[in-house]
Amino acid sequence: MKIPNINIKKIENLLKEDKRLDGRKPFDYRDIIIESGISNNAEGSSRVRIGKTEVIVGVKMAIQEPYPDHEDEGTMMVGMEFNPICDERYEAGPPKINAIEVARVVDRGIRESKVIDFKKLCIKEGEKVWCVMIDIYCINDDGNVFDASALGAITALRVAKMPVYDEKTEKVKFGEFTKNPLPLTENITFSMTFYKIKDKFIIDPNRDEEDTSEARITIAISCPKKDKIINAMQKGGITPILTDDLNKIVLESEKVYEAVYPNLNKKIEGLK
Amino acid sequence: MTTQKTERRLVVPGETIVSDDDKLPGDFTIKQGKDIIANRYGLVDDSARIIKIIPISGVFEPRRGNTVIGRVKDINFSGWNIEIGGPYGAFLPLSECPRFINRNDIAEFANIGDVMNAKIWGIKKGGIDLTLKSRGLGKLEGGRIIKINPHKVPRVIGKEGSMINLIKNSTNTEITVGQNGYIWIKGSEEGEKKAEQAIKLVVEEAISSGLTEKIEKFLGGKK
Repeated sequence: MKIPNINIKKIENLLKEDKRLDGRKPFDYRDIIIESGISNNAEGSSRVRIGKTEVIVGVKMAIQEPYPDHEDEGTMMVGMEFNPICDERYEAGPPKINAIEVARVVDRGIRESKVIDFKKLCIKEGEKVWCVMIDIYCINDDGNVFDASALGAITALRVAKMPVYDEKTEKVKFGEFTKNPLPLTENITFSMTFYKIKDKFIIDPNRDEEDTSEARITIAISCPKKDKIINAMQKGGITPILTDDLNKIVLESEKVYEAVYPNLNKKIEGLK
Repeated sequence: MTTQKTERRLVVPGETIVSDDDKLPGDFTIKQGKDIIANRYGLVDDSARIIKIIPISGVFEPRRGNTVIGRVKDINFSGWNIEIGGPYGAFLPLSECPRFINRNDIAEFANIGDVMNAKIWGIKKGGIDLTLKSRGLGKLEGGRIIKINPHKVPRVIGKEGSMINLIKNSTNTEITVGQNGYIWIKGSEEGEKKAEQAIKLVVEEAISSGLTEKIEKFLGGKK
């Protein structure tokens, strides 16, 4: 069943006083649980739960020919699927527009932050490079799949180990891993998505709040040294976001990053 | 059901419930040779000769006489198309509405997105027919809708409404439970939140014993 009008009204009215249905403040996250080592065959894998939302992310690596304009750089692909198990609104079949959108937003955050050192993923210039494939599967959709997917992807990348490459046969020995992690830089991104409901903004909506909102903006922030860098910004939805609002969001995103990220970072470090 | 002292066995599909020639298969069970095998995930009721399963998961299966909460999906010339969260669509004809409604302005009574408390009066091949001609039925205004698993509804209501009355009285809210798992809560903001938490707790702990005491403790403890 789609969201009824009375729930929309309720959410909008409560938000006028900066309140939410489950008692959180507008910029509070639900409990975040991160696990790793979900898949034995993947180079790196993770499961992220934000409240009841749950995604599983796997990182696989393969050998590929480089693109002609980046002959000494590895490549990256992000795939996303909503299974029918995660919500009644999704059907089986190839990824639809909403799944592709999540994949692209996650891809943008990782690619633009340059967290993967693509130069180090080159095996032989112009002929062989590593291809990093990030696959995201939504297990349960209770809102805010964007942030869960981005967090899962970055966790899977950070816990991943390079597979064994046999130089004689020039093939990958799948199932065997070296002890080397992926070549990652310090620009580790964290994405947060702000949802617009009427004139107010909230973070980490649940199902009903996500259905009520009409626009959203995803901001990926990394903090390599002292200063925070905005790596990527993506807007979705139908209503516009005003310039003043955007300035406020950017300032707010810095606060949210400081409040949420250090704890998560510690957790992910512990998983390695 | 809630007050029964004997612990009920939990079975999964394919599990042999009992191997006895005298017993007969009931709801959601099949007989293979001597064995009675479960078809659904649920609790076994083997008090009588017929063995049946009370399922605790799965989709809503509409039955005649069920009171359901549905959302208006579409309006046409003769009534409202209503989603009731099951595998079939439902239809509420204008003639089944107790109030006079102008045929040219059906949306005045209930527009797309509004929720109604209706009763199933017929299930046909093409769909489900609803009616509003009974006490307590009609459009729901204010409050909020939450969803639970339809098979947990008997637990939320309790024996002769004991559980739901307990929640209603201690949170000062109005609650309507649809057999399809949608629940409408209306009251003060705090009361609504409390009632929702209590209902979610009932659903989570549905198969544990001493449920009423737990809920009483929850509602009393945080008042």
